[in-house]
Amino acid sequence: MPSSSYSSDEEVEELPYVPFSQRPEWSDVRPVPQDDGPHPVVPIAYTEEFRDVMDYFRAVYVARELSPRALCLTTEALKRNPGNYTIWHFRRLVIEALNSDLIEEKLFVDKLAEGNFKNYQIWHHKRWLAEKLGPEASEDEHDFTRLMLCRDAKNYHAWSHRQWVLQKLGGWEKELDFCNELLKEDIFNNSAWNQRYFVITKSPLLGGLSAMRDSEVDYTINAILQNPNNESPWRYLQGLYKGTPDSFIIDERVPRICLQVLKEYSFCTFAWNLLLDVLCKGLKPTKEIEEAVKGLTESDESGSSDHNLVTRICSALERMDPIRVNYWSWRKSNVSINC
Amino acid sequence: MKSSQPPFPSSHLDSTSDTDSDDHEHGPRLTVTQEDQLKVESQVAEIYRCLVGIPLHRQSVALELWRDKHIEYLTKGLNQLGHTFQVLDANRPWLCYWILHSFAVLGEEVDSELESRVVDFLSRCQDKEGGYAGGPGQMPHLATTYAAVNTLVNLGTQKALSSINREGIYKFLLEMKDSSGAFRMHHAGEVDARSCYCAISVASLLKIIDDDLVRGIGDYIASCQTYEGGIGGEPHSEAHGGYTFCGLASMILIDEVEKLDMASLIGWVASRQGIELGFQGRANKLVDGCYSFWQGAALVLAQKLLPLAEKVSEEQSSIHAIRDYSDIGIEFMRRGNQTGLLFHHLALQQYIILCSQILEGGFRDKPGKFRDYYHTCYCLSGLSLCQYSMRDGDLKPSPSDILGPYSNLLEPVHPLYNVVLDKFFLANEFFSKNSF
Repeated sequence: MPSSSYSSDEEVEELPYVPFSQRPEWSDVRPVPQDDGPHPVVPIAYTEEFRDVMDYFRAVYVARELSPRALCLTTEALKRNPGNYTIWHFRRLVIEALNSDLIEEKLFVDKLAEGNFKNYQIWHHKRWLAEKLGPEASEDEHDFTRLMLCRDAKNYHAWSHRQWVLQKLGGWEKELDFCNELLKEDIFNNSAWNQRYFVITKSPLLGGLSAMRDSEVDYTINAILQNPNNESPWRYLQGLYKGTPDSFIIDERVPRICLQVLKEYSFCTFAWNLLLDVLCKGLKPTKEIEEAVKGLTESDESGSSDHNLVTRICSALERMDPIRVNYWSWRKSNVSINC
Repeated sequence: MKSSQPPFPSSHLDSTSDTDSDDHEHGPRLTVTQEDQLKVESQVAEIYRCLVGIPLHRQSVALELWRDKHIEYLTKGLNQLGHTFQVLDANRPWLCYWILHSFAVLGEEVDSELESRVVDFLSRCQDKEGGYAGGPGQMPHLATTYAAVNTLVNLGTQKALSSINREGIYKFLLEMKDSSGAFRMHHAGEVDARSCYCAISVASLLKIIDDDLVRGIGDYIASCQTYEGGIGGEPHSEAHGGYTFCGLASMILIDEVEKLDMASLIGWVASRQGIELGFQGRANKLVDGCYSFWQGAALVLAQKLLPLAEKVSEEQSSIHAIRDYSDIGIEFMRRGNQTGLLFHHLALQQYIILCSQILEGGFRDKPGKFRDYYHTCYCLSGLSLCQYSMRDGDLKPSPSDILGPYSNLLEPVHPLYNVVLDKFFLANEFFSKNSF
């Protein structure tokens, strides 16, 4: 949904503003005021500058004037409101008509993006530009998203852009290292985990999920042991078996890590959740699992007489995870059908 | 009064924070995620701790919805916005929707003068070829078309509904249809799960939805579901609350829910309600009041779908396949809940009222942030969902499902479109009678 964050009102121009009516090169243009009607709702108290720029923008937009001065005008307008998709669209038409310098355009949009990194339009413009620039642009684009992710490692637009560049223009060689680096910095960064999954499954250099699964499971288990109270690697671990339920059930490392963590942190809901899922998917519980689960849930007053491991785990989760009591009871009620 | 008792005293929060910091003493240092999270947890805990100090009979007052203050804040924005809103100059139908939907959820009447002003202004945003733009003279855009149509449906009058050029919108939607099956936001604009939802919601509400619009969307949305269970903006993007709502609601409206892995989707959304009692948008991100709607609505929708989530049988999906798309919205509301709740509706109300509500009127993302119209709209929508989430049929919600005084009760919303329910019925009738 639209970003609610109002970009900071950064300094738009260093030079004093000259109204368009006083600029000789614009003397032939008649400004077009906004048609808000006599009693508009949500009227905005535009500054004189904003109104002036927009009145002239409307004039060139209506006239479809694809000229160098129109390009300059869109620059001024976008600096004041980078969220105006009409101006961006028109700017692209002007650039294409004039065959303008695309490197210069890149400098412009990158500078604007720095102060407005949660803006859909800017990132869309960057894609359009990168597509025109072609594969040579990939390194620059990766450097740019890296910079943006340094400031906000979870910026959704930056990650989407990075994935798009990888798929369209390449640059896969160092991407797994990049994920490693970010996860080393913050193992809780779920966006970096998601990127890791993307690289593992989609990189043309790594052989895909089936080739990578084994080493990824080890990596993920190691991350879990670093801090078991981190949902991201637990979800990632299960994701590594997506689409291949058999591999999920037969990998002994899955129940093993669950039990290992639960022996130390018996309230780790992520470990319980994974154990529950693997049992639901058809893992036949070994004696060890059975005894461990019974032992860990024994202290509970209710449910300890329950011989079904799955419902027993759900009951335990209902108690230790009260905010999700309704969810766990739903899981319990579905045991016979599909948990 | 039982209902006014907060479900989670602050001690619950405190103990977890303590355990966390104990754990971390062994680790090298806290990461950015952990530091940010602990900061928010302590701010929220401080607020809840204040409530615990208040005698039980007065807690009801502390949990009150300050309707008059909200109306005052909303009215102010409707009549004049400061120059800082220039950055939202291409989102003016959204401003209309955020404010007027908040009015509608609060049960505030709109007089005919205001109604005329809204209809007149939105007509100036309506492109002569079809679709609504972000402001007069701009290009039509799918998101602002969604906002404008929802605003007019919330007004619900003949004048408002007949001001919509349905034929034009249908043509606009067809033009925005991409070869992938998904929709572009505007001419040569971006494609994502959000644009699909805006297109499908509008087409369904206006009863102009057909196979040409629907084709390909189901596969696109399904390809946006991630290994985590939630839905991302585009294929391979991270699971996200806003897009999860958009994706699920779209799938219901086109009757292709069976293409989603509902069990993992529900598991992911349910896990997003956190110790602060509100929802976060993504795993390991901070709580935010607006996800009370996006995540809350996804679970409210799932509650009505459960037989599908429990077992996807071939025969069941084929029964659904014969339905007319344009009646899905109304049939969905006739369907009762298939199960109990999937989230903690009282806890969520506590977060919205105590942490997002602002004394001067309006709602915010979280303590420490400023109020805005977007969060006001989605916090109120989420609050309404909570209040009606246990409702059976047309009965009034039970006082035990309303946190705070019963006068907090809001108008119910239709969880697929997020318009108020009684106006949805009016619009449904209006557009059934008037073919385009």
